[in-house]
Amino acid sequence: MDVRSQVSMVFHLDKCIGCHTCSVACKNVWTDRPGAEYMWWNNVETKPGTGYPTAWEDQEKYKGGWEKKKDGIEVRAVGKLRGALTVFHNPNLPTIDDYYEPFTFKYEDLINAPEGADQPTARAVSMITGKPMDIEAGPNWDDDLGGSNIYAANDPNLQSLSAEDREAIFEVQKLVFFYVPRICNHCMNPTCVAACPSGALYKRGEDGIVLLNQEQCRAWRFCVTACPYKKTYFNWSTGKSEKCILCYPRLESGQAPACFHSCVGRIRYLGMMLYDADRIEEAASIDDPTKLVEAQRDLLLDPNDPKTIEGAKKNGLDEDILDSARRSPVWRFVKEWGLALPLHPEHRTMPMLFYVPPLLPVLAKMSDGGYDTSMEAFLGQMDRHRLPIQYMASLFGGGNEGVVRYALEKQQAVRLYRRQKTVGDLDEHLVREALAQADCDEQQAEAIYRLTSLATVDDRFVIPPMHREEAIELLGDSLEAKGAGVGFRRGPERGA
Amino acid sequence: MKWIKDLFSPKTRAWEEFYRNRWQHDNVVRSTHGVNCTGGCSWDIFVKDGIVTWEMQALDYPRLDPAIPPYEPRGCQRGISFSWYLYSPIRIKYPYIRGALLDIWREARAKHEDAVSAWESIQADDELRRRYQRARGKGGFRRASMDEAIEIAAAANIYTAKKYGPDRIVGFSPIPAMSQLSYAGGSRMLQLMGGVNLSFYDWYCDLPPASPETWGEQTDVAESADWYHSKMIAVMGANLNMTRTPDCHFIPEARQNGSKLVVFSPDFSQVSKFADQWVAINAGQDGAFWLAAAHVILKEFYHDRRTPAFDAYLKQYSDSGFLVELTPTSRGFRAGKMLRAGRLERYADEENGEWKFLVLDRTTGEPRMPGGTMGHRWGEEPGKWNLKLEDARSGEPIDPVLSFIEDYDEEPLIELEQYESDGLVLRGVPAKRVRLSDGSEVRVTTVFDLLMARYGVPRGLEGEYPSSYDDSELSYTPAWQESWTGIDRKTVLGFAREWAKTAEVTDGKCSIIIGAGVNHWYHNNLMYRAGIVCLILTGCVGKNGGGLNHYVGQEKLAPIAPWSSIAFARDWASPPRLQNAPSWHYVNSDQWRYEREFTEYHPVPGEASLAQGHTIDLQIKAVRNGWLPFFPQFNESSFEVVRKAREAGAATEAEVIEHVVHRLRTDDLKFAVQDPDAPENWPRTWYIWRGNALMSSAKGHEYFLKHYLGTHTNTIAKERASGSTKEVVWREAPEGKFDLIVDLNFRMDTSALYSDIVLPAATWYEKDDLNSTDLHSFIHPLSEATPPAWESRSDWDLFKAIAVKTSELAMRHFPEPVEDLVMTPLAHDTPAEISQTEIRDWKEGECEPIPGKTMPGFKIVTRDYRRVGQRFKSLGPAMRHIGAHGVQLDVGDFYDRLKEVGPVVEVEGETLPSIAEAKDAADAILLLAPETNGEIAYRGYQFLEKKTGVPLTDLAEGSRSARATFRDLQAQPRRILNSPCWSGLVTDGRSYSAFTTQIERLTPWRTLTGRQHLYLDHSGYIDFGENLPTYKPVPLPAAFGDLRESAEDGLMLNYLTPHGKWHIHSTYSENHRMLTLSRGIDPFWMNDTDAESIGVVDNDWVEVHNDHGVVCTRAAVSARIPRGICIIYHSPERTISVPKSPLRGNRRAGGHNSLTRVRLKPSLMVGGYGQFTYHFNYWGPTGVNRDTSVRVRKLEKVEF
Repeated sequence: MDVRSQVSMVFHLDKCIGCHTCSVACKNVWTDRPGAEYMWWNNVETKPGTGYPTAWEDQEKYKGGWEKKKDGIEVRAVGKLRGALTVFHNPNLPTIDDYYEPFTFKYEDLINAPEGADQPTARAVSMITGKPMDIEAGPNWDDDLGGSNIYAANDPNLQSLSAEDREAIFEVQKLVFFYVPRICNHCMNPTCVAACPSGALYKRGEDGIVLLNQEQCRAWRFCVTACPYKKTYFNWSTGKSEKCILCYPRLESGQAPACFHSCVGRIRYLGMMLYDADRIEEAASIDDPTKLVEAQRDLLLDPNDPKTIEGAKKNGLDEDILDSARRSPVWRFVKEWGLALPLHPEHRTMPMLFYVPPLLPVLAKMSDGGYDTSMEAFLGQMDRHRLPIQYMASLFGGGNEGVVRYALEKQQAVRLYRRQKTVGDLDEHLVREALAQADCDEQQAEAIYRLTSLATVDDRFVIPPMHREEAIELLGDSLEAKGAGVGFRRGPERGA
Repeated sequence: MKWIKDLFSPKTRAWEEFYRNRWQHDNVVRSTHGVNCTGGCSWDIFVKDGIVTWEMQALDYPRLDPAIPPYEPRGCQRGISFSWYLYSPIRIKYPYIRGALLDIWREARAKHEDAVSAWESIQADDELRRRYQRARGKGGFRRASMDEAIEIAAAANIYTAKKYGPDRIVGFSPIPAMSQLSYAGGSRMLQLMGGVNLSFYDWYCDLPPASPETWGEQTDVAESADWYHSKMIAVMGANLNMTRTPDCHFIPEARQNGSKLVVFSPDFSQVSKFADQWVAINAGQDGAFWLAAAHVILKEFYHDRRTPAFDAYLKQYSDSGFLVELTPTSRGFRAGKMLRAGRLERYADEENGEWKFLVLDRTTGEPRMPGGTMGHRWGEEPGKWNLKLEDARSGEPIDPVLSFIEDYDEEPLIELEQYESDGLVLRGVPAKRVRLSDGSEVRVTTVFDLLMARYGVPRGLEGEYPSSYDDSELSYTPAWQESWTGIDRKTVLGFAREWAKTAEVTDGKCSIIIGAGVNHWYHNNLMYRAGIVCLILTGCVGKNGGGLNHYVGQEKLAPIAPWSSIAFARDWASPPRLQNAPSWHYVNSDQWRYEREFTEYHPVPGEASLAQGHTIDLQIKAVRNGWLPFFPQFNESSFEVVRKAREAGAATEAEVIEHVVHRLRTDDLKFAVQDPDAPENWPRTWYIWRGNALMSSAKGHEYFLKHYLGTHTNTIAKERASGSTKEVVWREAPEGKFDLIVDLNFRMDTSALYSDIVLPAATWYEKDDLNSTDLHSFIHPLSEATPPAWESRSDWDLFKAIAVKTSELAMRHFPEPVEDLVMTPLAHDTPAEISQTEIRDWKEGECEPIPGKTMPGFKIVTRDYRRVGQRFKSLGPAMRHIGAHGVQLDVGDFYDRLKEVGPVVEVEGETLPSIAEAKDAADAILLLAPETNGEIAYRGYQFLEKKTGVPLTDLAEGSRSARATFRDLQAQPRRILNSPCWSGLVTDGRSYSAFTTQIERLTPWRTLTGRQHLYLDHSGYIDFGENLPTYKPVPLPAAFGDLRESAEDGLMLNYLTPHGKWHIHSTYSENHRMLTLSRGIDPFWMNDTDAESIGVVDNDWVEVHNDHGVVCTRAAVSARIPRGICIIYHSPERTISVPKSPLRGNRRAGGHNSLTRVRLKPSLMVGGYGQFTYHFNYWGPTGVNRDTSVRVRKLEKVEF
């Protein structure tokens, strides 16, 4: 057993309001500079939709993630043979058309325009060329089903649906959408790290954050191809790739990452998780993709288990890290409750960001009187949700409908339980049955409800002690570091 | 694993400082955004090297209660983008003056030693005036000095006041709550001069008239945390993800706690994702659904079986049991006025007997008079204004009979309109005869019985009652609503039963969250009432987790009492000049000229007398009868009328007023509203700040451009009013009424672009101010994180500078104080509420003109222009007595305290508290407000205790020593205290919900009966056929007339402008972050099949047009939008990426308000009667705009 620690995450999609505050928080703090304009380390996507970069889920096109081979797995984009052949030519990179040409406007014309015969206007100009441009794409182009028959209809996950179901999802009886915010998954088994010829990518030992060394990057861009989530980006100004850093400077000072802090839907949770690194390869290599969710869950170690504790101590993990892991909300959502699932586990990267799938409004039918959405069950039923379960399973289960159904039924059971407790107008028997069916007792239902509804910032983000003093001590005198130093700061430069 | 290696090595990882360096800052300062979003979010502003780098939400809100989800974090995608503005190329860094004007000014100024004379010389020369007016909006700004810009403004102030009178100087700034002192700076300057403030809440159509109609209250709602207590939430016309972004989390959190959410929306709006049930209702038909829901509730919870809790609630807290007279007609009867207590022998000698009302007491079988009515509110006898169920005279208990169904004398048939089918039905009601003191008898029934008839609940009575729920012909059954809503009856039945059942079990924990999507329709008040009826019938108003939660605009200014004294300079003189903007713009921007009689699109009962004619004529009547304000007041200066009266020998104020009334009566003097296009009646000088008066707030924007500004317009509408009006003077339509438009702004928005002078305003991170909202119960500061950048200054400081300069110029032009006659309408929360039992027009000889009773009130206010600057900066002596909503507060000792501990200033020989700095004004407000000073709250409750006779001071006992300072707010958000000025209670961390004081403490609503009104017996309402909850159809496009002159080119659609995702009104709409995350433009959302039918694909350019104007933008094609409607989210500027319009001769296309023209609902102009009396932003017609039609076609050739 090789016990590792990782800062891990849960996004509760039932709560996501699709506001993109997270995206802007990140943009402000990290990518508001030349070469990074088009980088959205955090973005939010409407589902069904094609997302950013466009159709990133289409691995036929992008070749991201790991590929299952007979004797294990390999990076799809850099197969053992192809690696050497494609090292100078990487055909599977997203192009500017898959992203967008960053644009701005000639705002100053409004102030400086000389008097004319008509009103001045601020035209769109390219941030690359400075010339007037037509805006044809953006980082959130299909937001809220904009251009639904072009974008939403081409969501790769719809392939899991029957032709009839695919057709119907844009009819008023079935119409629906929800949001999926995305950051780097800081995977347990990251393809980006494996794919980098320069060894510039690494997973931090103390917290599992996947970083891209800005001194070591040689612009190969294999990380861009290899990431099945398209969460590394190439900075055309510095000539280095960059990616979400999970705000380690903030974590190191006890603050949640900017996108977590600013999540006004209160959907995000963060906490330490322990896992067994010895078994990653084995788990990632199992045959059946529908078993990957379970396989990954199996790697997550119970911080109260004496064996885990022993292994952790052996690997130098302090008691305070273990303590942090015991209080981790992620542990509860993922392991204890089975509510949170990885996004596209079939790429075998073992993403360490987990999603609670959303409940959706019930279907309607069209009758003589018009639209009929009357319900038999007071709070609706999962089988009458507006998106077939296959769709959710394509997103979050590697095709496994069972794990998705489990997560949805449990959420619904919690709602019924709380309804009964606060109003008492349901059939007692029905509520008990729903809980049992959902593998949930009252205590668990209560705990789920509390962490979902009442959680404060301290409940949502359990930030582990980062022991920066120990890192500094390895480099020099810790007392000296306290003085904060003096000297010139250097901004990022091309080739730096 | 061979290839993945966790890295610990500190040396290889030394590069990590790369990003650590970026995450560094020097200072963090708390502020917020003043943007009318209702968020009121607390933000940390990060400063690095003296530059604002970014903002993050503050998380340190005090927790209400551990059993309620916390408020942190609050803040949205728009708010977090704000820092972009500070150093962006659209920032106004310096004062700008339109070049054409600047040249003319400099030339004039060179010729005239005096600035006022220079301005006068320009205004006297029509060619010069038109020269710069025509240049408005067409570029050519030049940087000028602050001194020069301010001198022009001050000269225009003096010139306008002197030549035409001060009520031709106006200001528009919206929603003070969001930055209270920034608003107050401008309004204080204006009011010290006698200028006019335009309202906003009604103009934006944020005011729900159904609220004053039902509750006598502008708006009072639950804070968002209270949603959590609601066990069934209906959302309609509101899109919480978009518009309550920081509050929206309470919805899924309530759902997790077992609440059910039903969303009514024609499109799958963003909030629909949270719904258990999404009801895809036809646009504008929510009212029909709720009418049918009430039908079911009345039948199943009041008739088939009785629900004791509901019965008890209706009896005590609604007008349901009150007696209404039935008046005979040719075919039967009509519901008339409520029976007045004074008409009965038993109560014949009652004071204000015309304003006290009766119920039938079950015990005695006799009519009895409960307290709590308007008559009790304004009577001599204290302690009777309460909701106790007892006879106000004898003190004996009353058990009101809700329905006569079990015991009635006769069964008259009453007439009820079915406007949707142009028909009339007759339905029987159980009635009793009541003997009056004059010996005659009247037929009466109860409000409840009228409701049963109106809703068509069959109870075995005669007349045209529906046979069952499945009767689709007769109102208002579940089957009846299907053809309007497009929703199957089964959905209504299920909903109504679950609603009432949940309310019954939870004691009223059902709520409606409602917003602009409903409130912006022409008949919004009827749609709202339809929902409100369901709330009241199920006892859900005034409960935590219940109520009508209307959120449209950040109207709640918590410390209202001291703030309004400072903002409207009441500390120096009263009354201020406060104008309802809808009437004002309708009249002055000449939009009335483009329509004929309102009955073209508004159905009314056939025999109506008031309800006919042209809206402009009813507007004139409303001013004359004291129902609504109007400035300019007269076709003469308000200084001049006093001077003439004095000249004619008037010594006292009363004699001056008598003189003026005589002149009005003899037509020697006229109301300006009668002749709005005469040059002496034009508004002349306009200050715009904190808002976008010429674009997002300009319903009928293109008419503004034409008639106000005198520049190019894209409207092609023809004038139609001639011949259909009676009173208004018809002249050739003037173009370019305004001499000067001054805009204070931090960004070059459309209003700035079209103004003459743009003054650089400090941003929300560069000034000290106060902020509050109804979505939470905290009060927040805006703070100066960095000093105002470049030459910008806070609004407070800019207006202070204009005030000081105006005083300087006044030394020559107003060397002496001057008397100003101020005209005010009959006001809510004053005894004028009981002035007009019937509509009688003195001009028609129906009554005597009595100021403050049958016509507006008048008061002489002495202006001293030499002291405007000084007074601006000091807190005047009248500050010792303040008040709000009828609550009087004596704060003299605290006022004195300000003189002891705060900065002071010598004014007119007296030492006064100084408020020269906005921060000091903020501290004064916090010290004098019951919401932040517990002692003052205590005193307010003492006042109310005397008035009501019920114990109240205990509500403030526990917080009597609580105080807050501006510094305290900067340290941590402070929660407001229980306050006599508001209706909700926050004791011990309780979440605020409106009207809980009424329910728990029996304090009355400020209505006619003191109860919640299901029945509105104002003669005007009876005339318009809206005395009972009613369905009136959405005006038909042909009748509404948006497309009379437009080319029949393209697809006709209903044009909706709900609030959007990427901006708050127009702010942030050009913000680079938001434009990037959207589509670089505000698109035109349309259905995919509709788009296909005109050959439009996603992201194509389209031209959207009607008679009013044209918009060119790109299409967002989506199955999310139903056929027949289209959306441009409110409200893009016309400054960003707007091409030219081929349909309009290749001129620059407009913004979303280019497609609107305002039509006022004249029934909302009535006044002088109970809750139907004027109050600023409280009462009057609203700026509706949802019923608009447009045509859309593909824009083939795009030119900029």
